[in-house]
Formats: sequence, C-alpha cells, structure tokens
Amino acid sequence: MSDAAAHAMEHHTSTGIDSRKVAIWTLIGSECLFFASLISTYLVYKGKSLVGPLPHAESQCMLHGAMQKCEGVFEIKLVTTGTAILLFSSFFVVMALYGAQKGNRKMLVGWLAATVMCGLFFVSMQVYEFNHFYHKGMGYGTNLFSSTFYTLTGFHGSHVSVGVIWLSTLLVLAIRGKLPPEKSLNLEIAALYWHFVDVVWIVIFPVVYLMR
Amino acid sequence: MDAHAHAPAGEHSHPTPALYFKVALVLFVLTALEVMAFEAGHGGMGAGIRPVIEPIVVELLLVLSAAKFALVAMFYMHLKQDSRLLTNLFVFPILLAAGVIMGLIVLLQYWRTVGAH
Amino acid sequence: MATSVIDRSPATHAPENTGIWSWITTVDHKRIGILYGATAFLFFLIGGLEALFMRIQLMKPDNTFVSAATFNSLFTMHGTTMIFLGVMPLSAMFFNYFIPLQIGARDVAFPRLNAFSYWVFLLGGLFINFSWLINAAPNAGWFGYANLTERTYSPGLNTDFWVLGLQILGIASMAAAINFFVTIVNLRAPGMKMLRMPMFVWMSFITQILLLLAFPVITIALVFLMMDRHFGTHFFIPEGGGDPILWQHLFWIFGHPEVYILILPAFGIVSEVLPVFSRKPLFGYTAMVFSGAFIAFLGFGVWSHHMFATGMGPFADSFFALSTMLIAVPTGVKIFNWIGTLWGGSLQMKTPLYFALGMIAMFIIGGLSGVMHSSPPADLQQTDTYFVVAHFHYVLFGGSIFGLTAGAYYWFPKMFGRMLSEKIGKLHFWLMFIGFNVTFFPMHFLGLNGMPRRVYTYPAGLNFEFWNRIQTYGSLLLGVSFLVFIYNLWQASRKPADAPADPWKGATLEWLIPSPPQEFNFADVPPVNSSMPAWDLRRAGGGQLPEPPRVSGAGIHMPRPSYWPVVAAFGVLGVIGSVLFTEAFPHWYFITLGGAAVLFYGVYRWAFEPAF
Repeated sequence: MSDAAAHAMEHHTSTGIDSRKVAIWTLIGSECLFFASLISTYLVYKGKSLVGPLPHAESQCMLHGAMQKCEGVFEIKLVTTGTAILLFSSFFVVMALYGAQKGNRKMLVGWLAATVMCGLFFVSMQVYEFNHFYHKGMGYGTNLFSSTFYTLTGFHGSHVSVGVIWLSTLLVLAIRGKLPPEKSLNLEIAALYWHFVDVVWIVIFPVVYLMR
Repeated sequence: MDAHAHAPAGEHSHPTPALYFKVALVLFVLTALEVMAFEAGHGGMGAGIRPVIEPIVVELLLVLSAAKFALVAMFYMHLKQDSRLLTNLFVFPILLAAGVIMGLIVLLQYWRTVGAH
Repeated sequence: MATSVIDRSPATHAPENTGIWSWITTVDHKRIGILYGATAFLFFLIGGLEALFMRIQLMKPDNTFVSAATFNSLFTMHGTTMIFLGVMPLSAMFFNYFIPLQIGARDVAFPRLNAFSYWVFLLGGLFINFSWLINAAPNAGWFGYANLTERTYSPGLNTDFWVLGLQILGIASMAAAINFFVTIVNLRAPGMKMLRMPMFVWMSFITQILLLLAFPVITIALVFLMMDRHFGTHFFIPEGGGDPILWQHLFWIFGHPEVYILILPAFGIVSEVLPVFSRKPLFGYTAMVFSGAFIAFLGFGVWSHHMFATGMGPFADSFFALSTMLIAVPTGVKIFNWIGTLWGGSLQMKTPLYFALGMIAMFIIGGLSGVMHSSPPADLQQTDTYFVVAHFHYVLFGGSIFGLTAGAYYWFPKMFGRMLSEKIGKLHFWLMFIGFNVTFFPMHFLGLNGMPRRVYTYPAGLNFEFWNRIQTYGSLLLGVSFLVFIYNLWQASRKPADAPADPWKGATLEWLIPSPPQEFNFADVPPVNSSMPAWDLRRAGGGQLPEPPRVSGAGIHMPRPSYWPVVAAFGVLGVIGSVLFTEAFPHWYFITLGGAAVLFYGVYRWAFEPAF
C-alpha cells in the first residue's frame, strides 16, 4: 500500500460521512424512543387525573378537596411565543453554520449568539411556567397531568439546557477564532442536536398544549 | 459501500440563506395556523367556525406539526441534500416511536375504556 | 501529526505496557474487551453462586437454608446479574475484541467512549452488588413489577439500588451501542460491503440497533418509578390514578428486544464456528442476515406475550399471540441453515464445535417451550410456574451461554496466543451439558405440575421433592463444570504465548494477524472480495497461509490513552447514585451537583484533549 493511501486510510470512512456526524444521528434516532415513551405516557394518562389543576378550562374538576370550576393552567400565548422563538433559533443556528463554513467570523458569532439567546429565553419561559403552575397548586405529584407534564417538558427542557451549554462553548471558541471552516463540523453536529430538540418541541407543543 | 473521495456529502445543491429564511417564515406561518386551529376549534374565534374545525382539530394539528417537522428535518438538518443513510437513521426510529405511541394508546386507553375484556 | 510511512520491518522487541495505569487509561479495544470479559466472568460466577444458594434452599421441602427475604434477593440478583452483568458484558467482550478485527479496522470509531462504557459498567455492577453488604439487595424480581416496587410495599433501599444501578448500566450500554453502530457502518476495510461482513458482525450490528431503540424505554420507566418512590408522583400508584400495568408495558417493550440482544451475538458466534469446523461456507448467508434483521424488527411487536395473564382482552391477546408465533419462522430459517452448513461438511470435532452444536440443540428445546407459551390459553397455565423458568434457561443458558462458550474456545488462541486444552475442553462440555440438562429439564415437569416461580420453599406432599432434589444435584455438577473451565484457562495461561495465527483455518480477517494481535491490528489490510477473505487467500496460496510476521508498526498513529473517561464515569455514578440519599440527608442534591461537576469537568477535558 502506498504511503499516501495508508495515510488516507486513517481518515477514510466507508460511507464518506464523518463518524461524528453518523454518531449524532444515531443518538438522535435513539432519543426518539425516549420522547416516544414520555409522550405515550402523557397521552395514556390524559384526562385521567383524579384531581385538578387541569391543563385547559373544564366546567369543573376536584380542586382543594371540592368540585370547583376549573380554569386551566396553560398560558397559550406565552408558550406560543416560546415555540416561535425556538423555531427561529433553528434558523439562526443554520445561518451561524453557514457563516462558519464560509469562514465569516462575524456572521458565525452573531447568529450563534442569537441562537444561544433564544435557547436561554426558552428555558426561562419554562422556568417561569413551572413556577407559575406551582403557585397555582400544581406540584410534581399533585395529579397525573402534573407528573406527566413536568416530566415530559422537564426532560425536553434539560435537553435544551444541554444544547445551550454546548452552543455557548462553541460560541466562546468562535469568538476566540478557534472555529475555522475546517472545524465547522463541530458546529454542524451541535446544530443537528439543536434542531432535534426543536423538532421534539414541534411535536410536544400541539400534542400537549393544543389538544384537549 | 466504498467511499469514493473525501468530498463531503451534499455540497452540490447547497441551500442559501435566502432559502433558510423562507423556511423560517413558513414555519412561523404554520405555527400561527396551529394556534388558530386550536382557538377556532374551541370557540375562541366565534361560533361560526367552531363546528367546522372542532371535529378535525386533532388531525389538523398533526398534519401541521408533521409539516413543520419535515421542513426542519429536510432543510435545517440538511437531510434533503445528505446521504440517504442519515434519513433512514432518523425515519426508522420515528416510525417505531409512532408505533409504540399508538400501541400504548390502544392497549391502555382505547381497549381499556371500550372494555374489551 | 503522524508521518505516513509505516515501518514494516520485523519487530525487534515487543514493548508491552503492563502496568495497572496502562490498563486504567487504555483506549485499545482489545484491552477493553479483556477487561469486559474478566469483569463479566467474575459477576457471572457471583450470579452462579446466587443460583446455587437457591438450589440448596429448594433441595427439600420447608428448608431453612436461607430466609424468604434472602431468597427474594437471590432470585432478583441472580436474574439481574446474569442478564446485565453476565451475558451482556460477555457479549461486549467479543464485540470489543473482534468487531474491529473482523472488519479490518484499527479500533472502534470512538476509543475513549469505549473506555467510558467499560468503566461505567464496572461502577454500575459494583454499585448494585454493594447492596448485599448492607443487607439491602434488590428483592422485587429482575423485572421490578409495580406497584410492589413502590415505597409502600418496598420501603427499603433495595429497589433503589436496582433502579439506579440499571440506569447506570443503561448509560454504558447506550454509549457502547452508538460506538459499535458507527464503527460497523463507517470503518469497514475497502471491499467489505455490508453483505460481505462476517455473521458475528452482522448479528452484533443488529444487536446494537436493538440496544439503541429499546434502552430508552426502560430508562423512562425507571425514571417514572424513581419519581414515584422519591418525588411524590403516582405513575404506577392506583390511589393516585396511576396504572401498574403501564410499568409492565414499558418494561416489556424494552424487555422483549432485550432477550434478542442476549441471543443474537451467540447466534453470530455459532454462524462463525459452524463453517470453520465443517470446512464449508455458511449455508444461506443472505437469508441468515435478513432473518436476523426480521427477528429483531418483529421483536418490537411481541412484548405483551409476557402479559397474557393481565387481562388485556381477546384482541390484544390474539395480536400478540400471532406476532409471537410468527417470530418462530425466521428463527427456524436460522436453524435449518445451520444444519445445512453442517450437512456434507468435513466436521472437525473440536471443543468450539461441541459447544456450538450444544447451543443449537438446547436453543431448539427452549424455542419449543417458547412456542408453547405463545398460545395465551396454554400460557395461562404455564406462566409464573417453573415451566417458564425452564424455557428461558434453555434459551439463555443453553443458547447464549453455550454460544458464548463456543466463542471463548474459538477465539481464546487469538486473544491470548495460547491454545486451550482439547481434553479439558471436552470434559468441560460434557459436564456442563449434562449438568445443565439435569438442572433445567425437570423444571418443565415441575411447572406443568403446578410448582410456582419465585417461591422460597414448598410443603411436602405435593410431589415436588424428587425433581427439586435432582435439579440441585444437576446445578452442583454445573458448578463443577465451571471449575473445570477455570482450570483450563489457568493451565493455558502457564504456557508460552506461541499459538499460531490461524489454528482453526478460519475464514475471516482476524486469523490473518498474529496471536495475540499487535496494538495496531493490521499493518496492511488484506483485500476483501467476499465474506470469507481468509479462505480466499488460503485458496490462492494453494491451501497454505504463511504465518504473519510481527512488524515494528512505527508510523501508525494510534489513539492516545486517557483517564478522562474514568473521571466522567465517576461523575455518572455520583449523579445517579445520589438519589440513594434522598431520605438520608435533606441536602442530598449536593451529591448530585458534585457528581455533575465531576462529569462536566471530565467531559470537557476529554473533548478538548487531542484524540491521537
């Protein structure tokens, strides 16, 4: 085997795709089953809570030991804003990647910073939402709705948080000039993870918030 | 399945920022439609449209969210331009996930309430 | 940056890092494979002891060798240990050692992630077994049915050790599954198309896919149970609206694919051994690949056959009965193809072949009792009796363990450069075969006569005494067979490492490099034009293959050893293990935060250190 061929063999892959990219897609495929289990449980227990509070307004439900009119805890406007922000963040990160691949540091840093901000906003929205629900009497174990809701959206939120940390690390590297085009795959992989997190929310938003 | 060269997959018809922006707009519109469907189906947009939307609100929401899902996957996650392997790595678990969700709903919600035993 | 010139001159001396630090920081797949194997074998022996104690207790009616409470821990830990700390990591030993060799690669795709998987496995196994020392061993069955496992009925730490231990082990399995999946997809030698890969690699590949898709489901189920036990939820608690049956569904959606995870590698090993020892190519290679894939895929659609006695209703029962019966078809294809491989072959009656043949025969018996279970009316009588215990021991011991043992005898010379004794090997086989059948075959009778599972004793006069006694003698014989195996390993270790590269005239790439292989595996990857590259070369060489030389290998850049995977593994232990302390300290979450800090730090240093 010639020397050049031997060296090429070190970085050659059978599919022509970088192994890290195949790995992140493999992880994404596996994560689909995590969220499937969580979503299934949410749907299976939907409407089965023994007591309130409940997600959407009902004529009545058992609250504080008595049957009362049920308000419904969801604040659709707030969550819709968060959903839109998360969607736009997918757009922002794609633009950041474009900048990284073209060697345009300003574009990379600007759009990536915007992505991180969106992620932080989304997490803050969730923290606010959880806090708001808690003050309405919705603890973790209050009823089936609360348990399944907090677990499903909490899992999603922790995935968003991991994504924010990951993207922030890359942002710092980018600012320091350590994310040149040859290393843009690092951002591409983080971006794929980020899009997946967005895509999971695309499913959770209607299924949890918009279906009664 | 030999690799041919070091050419990174999908560099040929590379999407432009303009395309990405258009996708973002469509995503925004689809989200707005989702919320409108929700409101319309529950009387938030008047009594006229409610009986039209209410019976199909679940299906509408599923279709709209599926469209958003596909757009993000195909364009932002680059699956349209990338190797088929990656699409399969995503689609197969999604189908399985859908099967698991349906299976559990049928076994625990539907058959339970219908009282099949 | 490495040079591109590989030094192929003869190795002047073989420098070997033998210190303990070199083993702790190793990222070499071969060393990690040996670590998995040694650790798994020790856990397997512990699981075997747990079984022996149960057998002694059951030897006669109303026995008092162990208490009922201890017995509950014995059957729980025996099952959990054998599955998660025995069969799975023994398979992982072979995945680690032989997948890269069989596809002609230098190592796996992510060597440090590979090391991480091993250390997390070790810590998880130690964590769950630590419970024995504080008399809190898990005791609610290896399948942890709710709501027995809820705080009301299992107030101690036992179930917490089980839940948290499995979560830790799950992380090890998932990381390894990603690694092997990417390795097989991406690191094959030129010419090795997917449909030219060895059968062991194919079955392992399918196993990794099953791991990736099944483990998330049990992870979520375990999270729900943990939340119920410690954080006030009612996922499986009826008083709060929860449904214990949901646990069963989630558990078995994982649990059924899990049994295919346990058997497919053994199938792969048998498919390697039979052709070599019949001197004939595998019969129906493509059918073997597709039947394996079909079994795995269908395996996701049969889970509720574990729940026929829970009252799911006739439609659910019928659906799952049919899907379960259907799975017998691709399994049958495999068995017929193995017979087809042997038929007309020139059988080399060596120890690996003995164990492979034993595997096929025992698995058929286990499969037959399995088909009997697939009928819901029949299963209503068999479920929760010793009939089921017989069934799964025939497929898991008769199937997986016999298959893995065949692999051990087949591949030992390659891994350690020494031959195991044929005489002792055959003695091992007969003792194990007889001991196994004497232990487990009578369980079919006991089960059909009504002896329930998971009982610590039985009264006299129910006709259970005779077979229980026989079974205990059988289990002692089984124990002796393992001592014989250990003796075989020991006597081989005292020989010099001068076994040939290809003692069996194998068909696959691993036989073309020295025994044991050099760190870089291949200096030059041989050409691959079929699924039997070593046989192709042998045929081209007129039936001979030269003994491959050991070369210097300088100029090949290998991944650097690292201790960050170990650090990160401790972080995982800290984060998950901290939940053990929710009742003990009010500020238990400081342990979680500490573990998370260690984990993050370990991961960051790992990410930023150069891989080579």
